[in-house]
Amino acid sequence: MAAIKYLAGKEPHPNEHRMIFRNVDREGWDPSIDTYLGEGGYEQLKKAVAMEPQAITDEVKKAGVRGRGGAGFPAGVKWGFIPPNNTKPVYLICNADESEPGTFKDRYIIHQDPHQLIEGMAIACFAVGAKLAYIYIREEFPEGAAILEKAIAEAHEKGFLGKGICGSDFDLEIYVHRGAGAYICGEETGLIESLEGKRPYPRIKPPYFPAAMGLYLCPTIVNNVETLCHVKHILDMGGEEYAKLGTPNNTGTRILCVSGDVQKPGYFEVQVGKVTLGEVINDMCGGLKPGRKIQAVIPGGSSAKVLRGDETFKIKKGGEDVELKLEDIPMDFDTLAACGSMAGSGGVIVIDDSRSISWVLNNINAFYAHESCGQCTPCREGSLWMKKITDRVVAGKAAPSDIDTLDAVARNIDGRTICAFGEACSWPTESFIQKFRDELVASTNPDLDEAIVNPETELAAAHLAR
Amino acid sequence: MSDEGKPAVEMVDVQIDGEWHQFPKGTRMIEACRQVGKEVPHYCYHPKLTSPGNCRMCLVEMGMPPRPRPGEDPPEKDENGHLPISWIPRPVIACANTVAPNMGIRTDSDLTHACRQGVMELLLINHPLDCPICDQAGECRLQEFSVEHGNGGSRFREQKVKKPKNVDIGPRIRLDDERCIMCSRCIRFTDEVADDPVLGFTDRGSHTVLTVHPGQQLANNYSLNTVDICPVGALTSNDFRFQMRVWFLKEDKSICTSCGRGCNITIGSREDEVYRLTPRENNEVNSAWMCDHGRLNFHYLNSEMRLTDPLVRGAEGHETVAWGDAIQAAADALGRCEANEIALIASGRLTNEELFMARRLASVMKTEFVDIVPRSGEADDYLLAADRNPNTNGAKLVLGLDEPGQALKDIREGMAQGRIKALVVLQENLIDDAGFTAEELGKLDFILHTYPLANPTAETADVVLPGAAFSEKRGSMINLTGRLQRLNRATDGPGQTREVWEIVRDLIQALGGGNGIYLIEDVFKQMAGEIAEFEGLTLSKIGDLGVPLLETDEKIPLLERERERVAKGIIVG
Ligand SMILES: Cc1cc2nc3c(=O)[nH]c(=O)nc-3n(C[C@H](O)[C@H](O)[C@H](O)COP(=O)(O)O)c2cc1C
Ligand code: SF4
Ligand code: SF4
Ligand code: SF4
Ligand code: FES
Repeated sequence: MAAIKYLAGKEPHPNEHRMIFRNVDREGWDPSIDTYLGEGGYEQLKKAVAMEPQAITDEVKKAGVRGRGGAGFPAGVKWGFIPPNNTKPVYLICNADESEPGTFKDRYIIHQDPHQLIEGMAIACFAVGAKLAYIYIREEFPEGAAILEKAIAEAHEKGFLGKGICGSDFDLEIYVHRGAGAYICGEETGLIESLEGKRPYPRIKPPYFPAAMGLYLCPTIVNNVETLCHVKHILDMGGEEYAKLGTPNNTGTRILCVSGDVQKPGYFEVQVGKVTLGEVINDMCGGLKPGRKIQAVIPGGSSAKVLRGDETFKIKKGGEDVELKLEDIPMDFDTLAACGSMAGSGGVIVIDDSRSISWVLNNINAFYAHESCGQCTPCREGSLWMKKITDRVVAGKAAPSDIDTLDAVARNIDGRTICAFGEACSWPTESFIQKFRDELVASTNPDLDEAIVNPETELAAAHLAR
Repeated sequence: MSDEGKPAVEMVDVQIDGEWHQFPKGTRMIEACRQVGKEVPHYCYHPKLTSPGNCRMCLVEMGMPPRPRPGEDPPEKDENGHLPISWIPRPVIACANTVAPNMGIRTDSDLTHACRQGVMELLLINHPLDCPICDQAGECRLQEFSVEHGNGGSRFREQKVKKPKNVDIGPRIRLDDERCIMCSRCIRFTDEVADDPVLGFTDRGSHTVLTVHPGQQLANNYSLNTVDICPVGALTSNDFRFQMRVWFLKEDKSICTSCGRGCNITIGSREDEVYRLTPRENNEVNSAWMCDHGRLNFHYLNSEMRLTDPLVRGAEGHETVAWGDAIQAAADALGRCEANEIALIASGRLTNEELFMARRLASVMKTEFVDIVPRSGEADDYLLAADRNPNTNGAKLVLGLDEPGQALKDIREGMAQGRIKALVVLQENLIDDAGFTAEELGKLDFILHTYPLANPTAETADVVLPGAAFSEKRGSMINLTGRLQRLNRATDGPGQTREVWEIVRDLIQALGGGNGIYLIEDVFKQMAGEIAEFEGLTLSKIGDLGVPLLETDEKIPLLERERERVAKGIIVG
């Protein structure tokens, strides 16, 4: 195959390993099925429908691919959670809600290589026994939805969807469902409620684990766009071969989305764990802005715990104690977890020393206060409270004791909510206070400890004084 | 009942606050704790509704036996066969999770207390805390749990979220969104029980508000149950709000008498005035609900139209007389009648005891003309029955009526032909409720009428006696499913009001039939001696929840559906 040419100025970095993003920004590439078929498109689906479904799941398990949506759960293991004696229909949902701040990868797959996703989904559906699948795409991606609709129609026409796919007795329909314009629609059980036509209130787990009781209370597999694309490549390479990409237990490639204070923000597909955070920032992204230092990095989407630029991390690696500087952290699931954060959705947010930490935290808190679904008490009330406190910190109207209150509020949310949004919204506050307490306290004013800082009380006090 | 054929329920060992207990598999943790006296505070959980787990008030510390890692030995059992418990740092909700073998629950640990305190603080930060002017005060879960689990002060220094207040969401209910704690109980009730899903949340996060869907109203006949289950003062009843502080209410257990269902109720009264009726749980009758129709049908008790004194028609119209004189006047007139010249029209609203005395009276008066006035309306598919008399089954059994209302035609014919010369009308308004006319009643020689209210029939009567209404009497009734249930006196009727069994007893005595009845217990005893179905029973044996008495094939639609949901494990029941 001739070497792939990419659009001028959009060439991948040499350290990238383009697999999922192989066709992104590629010269002469378009999202049509003909283009896709021209490069071996749907060959893996043809292969799949002649296999035993279980054999596909086994390959995916061997590949060890972990979910790219946030939690990093092994996809093959998840597929195995469908109850063995199930008699209900099985559904597959592609989570294309892509709403974690700092994350912008799924949209490029959808816009530029939709058939890769459809092929991956079709293989996954065959493996788990789903005849009906949905792509739940965020409301704010109207163009993506239109592209997917067109791609589905094309695939239908060519017999890759519909009845008797590729001459087998496998039937499959895929529907595109536009999201409801809320971050919480990306949480898999909220997504399912939304798909059922309700408010996206996440469900309690237990009992509502989607693989057992998902859409319409039937077994449902929810996977991220990127995760499902990997399925195609796993089948192509074989699970064992795929597992050689990346590092043990952190296999394959993943797309990092780098934003913030770097010279050249963007997306980079790398082998998991084969590049360090320093390489990502300094090599791939062209380094920091002139004269700047790294103050902080949020390595896995806005809900990941923040890391300090000058921190060293004492972790265990392969049974040994190692000390890592921020720049030395390999970008994989296990190391980031060991460093107290997470790989999450792959959104790497770089914050240099020109930024006010309280402003950054307030910005995050504003997002979560706006996006809390409001179903459960701690998150509903706590997310807005945290935002209001940091509003005051930013405005110079907070006292040092407010930072303690802020911390206590976060800890009253963490671990006590229905869904992981509770952690998503409390971890930033917890980690910012843990790592940047001095910076935050420096934005406060001890004289305000006893002062009235709330306009409501101020009015009442003025009224009483009269 | 025999348990034969039923699969034995598997029991699991659960440690609660250090003590081991056994519970049937599938028991919710919160119910297990309650059964052993460890109440877990909760807002959103209601055993009759699905469990969304949204309030997080019921978080408890939980543990399970440690899972051995590959190659590790499994943990050892102690002398009682229990495995050690490894406590999980993340608390779990007790409302929706079920017990598991060798599970440990701590309702009294630091973590559990910290969770409760945290939820209380968060629930209150945006709450208006206008308890002094809140109708819920005194029976508010926020207040109650603040005492037990709150931390006294508030760290909240921000401006509270403002939301709609005094929102009209239906003809009988008002909503204060600032007080709403978003437990969704009302939403679930209207959806799951009343099949009228008009309520929902809009907006999100802390700005979430409860509302009725556009163009909809919360107007179904079960709407006021939402007020009962709302744990706070967000939903209040237009009828009850601001009428009386709840801590002044005296509560008496009784039954609703507005239809044949006999929903179990609590009567809330103060100083002989009834302020509200609320449903009382009875899983054989009304679950935990009642209909708005029955709930609000009590205002006549406090009406200005109440009869307060015995009246006898004199030259100048009705005159107030002493009870003894009224009874004597009636006895004199009735005593002059021959057999079958008197008709007795009793009521399906009378208690069994009152009906039993009426039956005695009929035999003393030697009349075969005995009946009640049937009363019907449209049945709904929930609780409200077509039979709007609360004790038709009692009337059938005690008076021996096959088809209530059938004799009314004969009685009217007899009246028209002059064969029937006198009427005894117990607690029925014949003109308004049975189609009698003032003219036909006017032809009679004598009418004795008891009733709680002044009414057109009373205008035609010679002796008019104030008869007690349902909240003013004790006694029993048999509902449509054949269940014998008890009324208890909550209030004294106005003025000289008396219960009908007393009135009739005195009348029988005045007619020369001594009977040795002093207390309502005596009536029941004699009734139990004469009517086989009551044998072996007493008023106190009936208890607060009643006893099954007659076999009927009556089904209660709401209960049928509830039992289905319980069987499926969707609700606890
Ligand atoms: C608040 C919240 C938002 C989420 N948003 C997304 C999202 O936008 N896209 C996504 O793929 N997963 C999202 N997730 C994760 C999903 O719940 C789910 O774990 C994921 O789709 C599973 O796919 P994977 O196993 O392939 O990663 C979110 C989770 C939470 C708690
Ligand atoms: S944690 Fe937040 S987002 Fe999740 S269910 Fe509760 S209120 Fe909704
Ligand atoms: S709902 Fe309860 S806490 Fe709130 S104002 Fe009313 S009584 Fe007070
Ligand atoms: S109005 Fe009452 S019952 Fe309904 S959600 Fe609010 S607090 Fe709960
Ligand atoms: S009672 Fe509300 S979460 Fe359990």
